[in-house]
Amino acid sequence: MKLAALACLLVGFPLVGGEFYVNLASQIFIFAIFAASINLLLGYGGLATLGHASYLGVAAYTSALLGLKLGLGHWLAAPAALLATTLMACLFGLIALRATGLGFLMLTLALSQVLWGTAYRWVALTDGDNGLRGLSRPFHLDDAASFYYFALAATAASLWLMARFVGSPFGAALRGTRDQPRRMSALGHHVWLIRWITFVYAGFWGAVSGLLFVYYHKYIHPISLSLTNSAEGLLAVIAGGSGTLAGPVVGAAIVMLLKNYVSAYIERWNTLLGLVFVLIVVFMPEGVVPGVKRLWLRFASRT
Amino acid sequence: MRIANLTHGALFMLGAYLGVSILKVVPNLWVAALLGGLAVAAFGGLLERFILRKLAGNILGQVLVTLGFAYIIADLCLVIWGGDPIPIPTPQFLQQPLRVAGFAFPAYRVAVVVLSVLVGTALYLLMERTRLGAMIRAGVDDMQMARAVGIPVSRLFTLVFCLGAGLAGAGGVIGGPIMSAYPGLDADMLPLALIVVILGGVGSLAGAFAGSFITGFVYTFGVALFPQLAYVILFLPMIFVMAFRPRGLFGKFAA
Repeated sequence: MKLAALACLLVGFPLVGGEFYVNLASQIFIFAIFAASINLLLGYGGLATLGHASYLGVAAYTSALLGLKLGLGHWLAAPAALLATTLMACLFGLIALRATGLGFLMLTLALSQVLWGTAYRWVALTDGDNGLRGLSRPFHLDDAASFYYFALAATAASLWLMARFVGSPFGAALRGTRDQPRRMSALGHHVWLIRWITFVYAGFWGAVSGLLFVYYHKYIHPISLSLTNSAEGLLAVIAGGSGTLAGPVVGAAIVMLLKNYVSAYIERWNTLLGLVFVLIVVFMPEGVVPGVKRLWLRFASRT
Repeated sequence: MRIANLTHGALFMLGAYLGVSILKVVPNLWVAALLGGLAVAAFGGLLERFILRKLAGNILGQVLVTLGFAYIIADLCLVIWGGDPIPIPTPQFLQQPLRVAGFAFPAYRVAVVVLSVLVGTALYLLMERTRLGAMIRAGVDDMQMARAVGIPVSRLFTLVFCLGAGLAGAGGVIGGPIMSAYPGLDADMLPLALIVVILGGVGSLAGAFAGSFITGFVYTFGVALFPQLAYVILFLPMIFVMAFRPRGLFGKFAA
């Protein structure tokens, strides 16, 4: 019932909202997929990654380059980009999952910084700091509303599939490896393999958000691969509440609104972002969604 | 200390910029390095004492907070010192190239190498040969037990954090004549430092030295031979080490 009301609201939104808001909503959807894919690792696997922008950026770059340099259409470029990025996630998973905790975080960060540096320096391929321009959207979705519906459908499908993944017996095993890796190992579960599959799955959804990202902007710059991008995704997950399904979506909306609204008034966006990081960790470590839920339960039990 | 600190690149840059400002008043690089290092150390101490202390054991919190501070520092440096690269002049008496056996070496770089070996040796002696070092190692290995035998672990950790931050700041000033101070210096330094630590092994000074040697060599040759792929080449030794020794070359425990 609630879900149906939400669906009506989202479907009806472009009919009432102005173009600016419709575009903003599309960006929130794309970022929500990105944050949700980080949440698979962080919230359900207990693996904090600081390199998730790699998958977004590489998928975006691959599809852009295939289109620009080889003249491939979206029908070929999109699956090729997803496949290439997922294979990269397979490889990165092999390296990064040599460690857990802090080591995992440093490895993912180092790997993504390498890609970021390559995108900056390999001017012949990526045009460096200029970025790649002149890209197109599939199906001629050039007006705000039709792209909104495209992004909405893609986001709904992605989130549903990720929810299925988490809700499956495999998802239960994954939460087990987060809470009690030794016990899971003793019970005969292959902890490493469970983590690796999740890593690859999260990489795939990161790639999906990357495709939508490049379709929306019709432009790609090395900054999409940067630590800032990974960190904003991580912030969205933590702000919203990691390990919950709605958390990353709410967090994505918060970060995107902050970024688009507040940066229009305040020039020092990076300082603000830094302050938000510090404040959230110090005052709301559990995130907005669990925090609000707890307040709501307390309120409901009183009346 | 097992603290995930992502401010180090930013502290390095802060040191470089502070060095620029101090050099305007005191035209001596070594004094500037000392003062810059002290200032950054003080900042690091405050950060540890008031924020990171509360997040002990919470890796994710530490990462986000230090990252947040890295952004704030980088942005404030941009506000204060502007967006243009600022060169730091090489000290006068080190401007002549040093000639050894027919080869010419830039004297300043030789001095930096000597200095880094001295600092490394001093750190090694401090950690391995003094009572203070033994107390710090005890605090890292088993904090509760160390506290129980009367070691002021919290105070020591603040001290160690100050020392680490101060060295990063002084490193920024000393690196100034080679790299100059520019926005983005922090993002350039952080992956290098991370790769060095991953390569060498967490919690090992010998590892840090071996890691920086390998990284320095590979990076320099990589930039000269394949400039566009320097970052990929930089990262190859790390893959090898992780594949065969996940705790790094000299690491005592897995990170």
